[in-house]
Amino acid sequence: MTSLQSGGLSLRNLSKGYALPGRQLSVLNGINLDIEGGSSLAIVGASGSGKTTLLRILAGLEDPDLGGVTIDGTPVRGVGTERAVIFQEPRLLPWLTVLDNVAFGLEVRGTPRTEALERARHYIRLVGLSDFAGVWPRQLSGGMAQRVGIARALTVQPRILLLDEPFGALDAMTRLVMQEELVRIWCEEKVTMIVVTHDLEEAIYLADQVLVLPKGDGTPRLIETNLPRPRDRTSPAFVRQREALLREFGLH
Amino acid sequence: MSFPDIPRTATRNLTLPRLPVLAILRRYGLLAAFLVLWQVASKAGWVSPAVFPPPDAIAAALWKGLWTGALLDDIAISLQRAGTAYAAAIAIGIPLGLLMGQIRLVEQALDPILQLFRQTSALALYPVFILLLGLGEASKVFVIFWATLFPILLATTGGVKEVDAKLIEMARSYGASRLAVFRRVILPAALPAIFIGLRLSATTALLLLIASEMIGANKGVGFQVMNAQYNFQIPLMFAAIFLLAGLGLLANALLVTLQRRLCRWSDPTN
Repeated sequence: MTSLQSGGLSLRNLSKGYALPGRQLSVLNGINLDIEGGSSLAIVGASGSGKTTLLRILAGLEDPDLGGVTIDGTPVRGVGTERAVIFQEPRLLPWLTVLDNVAFGLEVRGTPRTEALERARHYIRLVGLSDFAGVWPRQLSGGMAQRVGIARALTVQPRILLLDEPFGALDAMTRLVMQEELVRIWCEEKVTMIVVTHDLEEAIYLADQVLVLPKGDGTPRLIETNLPRPRDRTSPAFVRQREALLREFGLH
Repeated sequence: MSFPDIPRTATRNLTLPRLPVLAILRRYGLLAAFLVLWQVASKAGWVSPAVFPPPDAIAAALWKGLWTGALLDDIAISLQRAGTAYAAAIAIGIPLGLLMGQIRLVEQALDPILQLFRQTSALALYPVFILLLGLGEASKVFVIFWATLFPILLATTGGVKEVDAKLIEMARSYGASRLAVFRRVILPAALPAIFIGLRLSATTALLLLIASEMIGANKGVGFQVMNAQYNFQIPLMFAAIFLLAGLGLLANALLVTLQRRLCRWSDPTN
């Protein structure tokens, strides 16, 4: 269903700080980065390194103090229809059924209801929840609710999918299944995927490139993963990547 | 819409199977016993039948009042008073509450004076309203309006303020306009809280109705309670009292039904 989408991003001199009582806390210090359309990037870093702030700026939910973002050559400010965010919590509206929740993003953008529902059904099928279209959110398990959140984001057919620790609240088993699902969906939908995570293994499993954000004034580092898909978490190459990433944090 | 049985709700079925007769007995048994005791006590003279007439005499007085239409007039005028006041309280309380819940400046400006008004008993202010508006319909409607406004206003304000900011942000991330966020997120999220205010106010409306009809009225169910007592028509007095209880139950049942329809998603039995 996606065609002629590119979804390439350019981050130029992106800086952001917060005013604390008595001093200025600088979180992002002039980040420059080009992300190819259709690729996948993971952002990792210790807490306080600004990885969520960076994602929220890309989403348009926060403004940078300095610098800017261009998408396919066009500077962007604020939220935009070419991006969709998947939050750590599913953030489903409890008064809407699964189907109406998935159609929500399209409906608030003014898509006619019948068309919105039709597209919502397609993506509910894609995330494997066809039997649950008429269910209320409170009847779903955590993993199912997050699938609904993913379907809602996909339904607006974004060029860029932004994920903020999407599986952080799920149990370990469900997380593995969801990571596999996400890679399958990403391959099918050919979107650019940017995922913030604190799980290094998840970063290597999902992403082509891993951006390591330092805490404080250091320079961000970009690491290529270059592993064939599907990725085997137990393969020597995967383990080597993981060790390399751990070294970035001075942990190995 | 139908959906397969989800394990989470299945635990409800683990309780013992219910017999309808037992269920009715469990729910209404004590009430029935109370009425029977009253009947026997009054007939046997354990209590003075002049003060506590037996329930069958009360039922007869109620039936006669309704059949001849005498009580129907009282019900009509009472419902008109309470209904007008309640409708006005809704028409002002809900929009103002929505505004106060969303715009901090409005809330900060109005809160102190509203708190003062709210803490001042409506009954204590009734003489003031009579001085201002006279002893007719206006002061009666206004005192009910005054007392019902605040629960609706405060519940609505509170409901809007407690809407999960993360849901609002989610809607905003999809490019929802302010109006769309309000209509599709804030309003439905605040609805259960608004209903709490509506149900509280319905009870208050009937309470203030009676009080206002006991002063300077010549019609109404509240007037009938007082009037029957003056004329020593004690069965009629009790009939009017039960009628009021019935009106209260009816109003609550209507609101609960409406709430179930509008908030189906939050109903655990659904």
